[in-house]
Amino acid sequence: MLEPHAMQLSRPGRFAVALPPPGVPPQETPPPHLLRDELRLPELTQIDVVRHFTRLSQLNWSIDTHMYPLGSCTMKLNPKVNDAVASLPGFTNAHPLQPASEAQGALAVMHGLQAMLAEICGLAGASVAPMAGAQGELAGILVIKAYLESRGEERTRVLVPDSAHGTNPATASMAGFDVVAVQSRPDGDMDLDALRDALEQHGHAVAALMITLPSTLGLFDRNIVRIAEMVHAHGALMYGDGANLNAMLGQVRPGDLGFDVMHINLHKTFSTPHGGGGPGAGPIAVTDALLPFLPAPHVVREGAFALIDPPHSIGRLGAFHGNFGVLARAYAYIRALGAGGLRAISEAAVLNANYVQERLRGAYDLAHDRRCMHEVLFSGARQKAQGARTLDIAKRMIDYGYHPPTIYFPLVVDEALMIEPTESETKETLDAFCDAMLKIAEEAATSPELLREAPHNAPLRRLDEATAARKPVLRWDRDSR
Amino acid sequence: MTTDTRHAPQTRRRIDGTQLHPYIPLTDDDRLAMLKLIGAASTDALFEDVPAAYRNPDLRLPDPLSELELLDEMAELARRNAVAGEYACFLGAGAYRRFRPSLVDALVNRGEFLTSYTPYQPEVSQGTLQTIFEFQSIVCELTGMDVANAGMYDGASALAEACLMACAVTGRARIAISDRVHPNWLAVVRGYARGRGIEVDVQPHGAFALTAEHACLAVAQPDFYGRVSPGAAAWGDAAHATGALFVVAADPVSLALYRPPSAYGADIVVGEGQSLGVPLSFGGPYVGLFACRDAYIRQMPGRIVGATRDIEGRTGYVLTLQTREQHIRRERATSNICTSTQLVALAATIYVQALGPRGLRRVAELCYEKAHYLAGRIDALPGYHVERGEPFFHEFAVTTPKPPEEINRALLQRRIIGGLDVSDYARHRMLLCVTETNTRAEIDALVEALADA
Repeated sequence: MLEPHAMQLSRPGRFAVALPPPGVPPQETPPPHLLRDELRLPELTQIDVVRHFTRLSQLNWSIDTHMYPLGSCTMKLNPKVNDAVASLPGFTNAHPLQPASEAQGALAVMHGLQAMLAEICGLAGASVAPMAGAQGELAGILVIKAYLESRGEERTRVLVPDSAHGTNPATASMAGFDVVAVQSRPDGDMDLDALRDALEQHGHAVAALMITLPSTLGLFDRNIVRIAEMVHAHGALMYGDGANLNAMLGQVRPGDLGFDVMHINLHKTFSTPHGGGGPGAGPIAVTDALLPFLPAPHVVREGAFALIDPPHSIGRLGAFHGNFGVLARAYAYIRALGAGGLRAISEAAVLNANYVQERLRGAYDLAHDRRCMHEVLFSGARQKAQGARTLDIAKRMIDYGYHPPTIYFPLVVDEALMIEPTESETKETLDAFCDAMLKIAEEAATSPELLREAPHNAPLRRLDEATAARKPVLRWDRDSR
Repeated sequence: MTTDTRHAPQTRRRIDGTQLHPYIPLTDDDRLAMLKLIGAASTDALFEDVPAAYRNPDLRLPDPLSELELLDEMAELARRNAVAGEYACFLGAGAYRRFRPSLVDALVNRGEFLTSYTPYQPEVSQGTLQTIFEFQSIVCELTGMDVANAGMYDGASALAEACLMACAVTGRARIAISDRVHPNWLAVVRGYARGRGIEVDVQPHGAFALTAEHACLAVAQPDFYGRVSPGAAAWGDAAHATGALFVVAADPVSLALYRPPSAYGADIVVGEGQSLGVPLSFGGPYVGLFACRDAYIRQMPGRIVGATRDIEGRTGYVLTLQTREQHIRRERATSNICTSTQLVALAATIYVQALGPRGLRRVAELCYEKAHYLAGRIDALPGYHVERGEPFFHEFAVTTPKPPEEINRALLQRRIIGGLDVSDYARHRMLLCVTETNTRAEIDALVEALADA
């Protein structure tokens, strides 16, 4: 065991923080039968708590400590000034229900972010209410549903490319749509014939095409304008998954290409910390026609800033106004960069990915041999034949000090290995990373067992995930230890 | 120059050969060397797949700011908020100001926690994974449930997902929910239900009428008005009698004082984790708590961590039961969620461990005692009347002699943020909340101001 469970550190009578006396006269206590008689939580002294979590943190890898080339996740620099901004007491101590007149600063941040995101996406307006990318997707699809219903159209199907992120079909399903998969061509672009067939077969039942641009293959679909025309010609809408927006900042705007709705992952493109799995934020941007359907609340400026419910809103997604602390960070990020800075971000992100593609092209099979955007997709098929699977390559990378890339996604590429270096890395880091990848390719050919048994020098060796799922142990149990 | 500097920060002088921005390390020399290897004439050539007609849009964004300027601008915006701390705040209604031990932020803000990704690579993510396991253990203990997930977006969305889960478990498409659930939470439940085509029956609190069509009965305890009902066990029995699940939304701090929902028959318990020492932050990010009985684990949404061993036999933790999730099951997943709001769950975990069982109970008692002191004093004011039908925890409704909006305006003059306006057609009403952070001086000042308002 690397670090004991807090309950193992616990000793009766210890505590880490003292509380003040009530300072008011004693009150009648609640009826005893409503009270709880036992609460088994850790009892730790202050040094225990500080060391416990400090030691736990040291078992993690992070952007702050390691290059983290996780495809589709955009693990870029998280500027510390953004954390400082979000931690200003004027923001952290603001109650969500305090009168709008007393919350003008927070509302100005939200309003400013709405406007800047809409501008970046080339769309009419944006909502910053969704609390994560997947919730943004749900909001966007519900907006489409509400819009179509308002026009008396009952469309029940959503087209999703086979390369899509799993949240796309899961979202369509949560919104009550049936999912129809559309194939990609070998060159990575969407198969226009398959799209035409799907549109013709399902006709006016199609509500939307959900598409990621650049695609999850790291490619910019060269037919995107044609795709949008075909979808619109059938009265359906274009839904954009913004997971890969980092490649397009200031280069091209999805709205200009024909997208009607898109969600934006602030925790990817706009540098808010991933936090080990959230919190994120998933604002959506929409065309003019869809503005009345945006989630509630929406920030408007009528003299002062105010929160309103859009006239035909799909309703609320959370108890309050969205993840303000995340929004403030993204706002600060965009303000620090401006239009020119954003454009330089996407340019560097794409340059770095193409550089990695070029340096590794001889050693690993490219899924598609063409210009990539902000991420490059390899297949580990050659190494698999040599006796080391993509998972083994990934684990071996840990030994060299690099967080593994995204593996086995997208599902349409055998032994997928998706590398997204982001704009944040120096050329020296990229070179060292590529050197390590080349070395690993050599090892796969000469001593694949080295990969199969990796990692060798991480805090733990490979874990038994099968037993974890078959006999789940999901909480502390004093009897089982 | 291969770099198009047309859009370079206009207010900054660019010195050739240096990097463009602190966030982008490449220098011009780096670019040239990289382009040479790639075999591209310019970075523009890398975007050849983008239709030329749409390239290089003119973005109308404010000029860039240096860090110094940015901090000044943001501090100026932050000052435009009236905030608890400078004002005495008696707003609750789902978001509670807590004393937050200094160690919480110091530990949460460690970059190894802050800037790590979802722990898909367990060998280098044990810090996050063990924290989730400890969080799950705490949520199980507080709620009395068998299993908990790693966290949801917030309490409201957790309740909505619980209702969807009850539909999946029972195969029914109608839910019953108390009208004393937070109105914003009700709205979220409606939104999620509409997507799936599920009917929502909002029923008068305590007078529930369930049929064999209902997948669940969902209640809040304490309810929106802060009341803790002694009769909850009967609702659980009623739900079970029709084959429905009993879903309880509970405030986790209240659970350090009151019996857990497992004691009155809950099958799924959700809650707003913000109350476990998470900053108000104008409404988020918070974390939803989600726990249930063992029998329903395979229908539970969200991320789950389990204990296991590595090949050398050492205890470690992994994401588990992932076949429920969207990245495996796609459109057949239990939910589309792919976050656990981990950093906020971490803050809650540290908070609970710092306070320990007696500290957490003490927080609940302080809230309780101070709120009851305030209620007693308000009762003595002419024109004000505290509603006391059922016992309350640390929030209570007060009938007021005039519209709460008017009263609150007067309170603001004295740097007091009053309660939430919950007036209905029959009476002026205000929902007041007291936490351990409200001092006696603040409470007494509120009473005085109410008397004068």
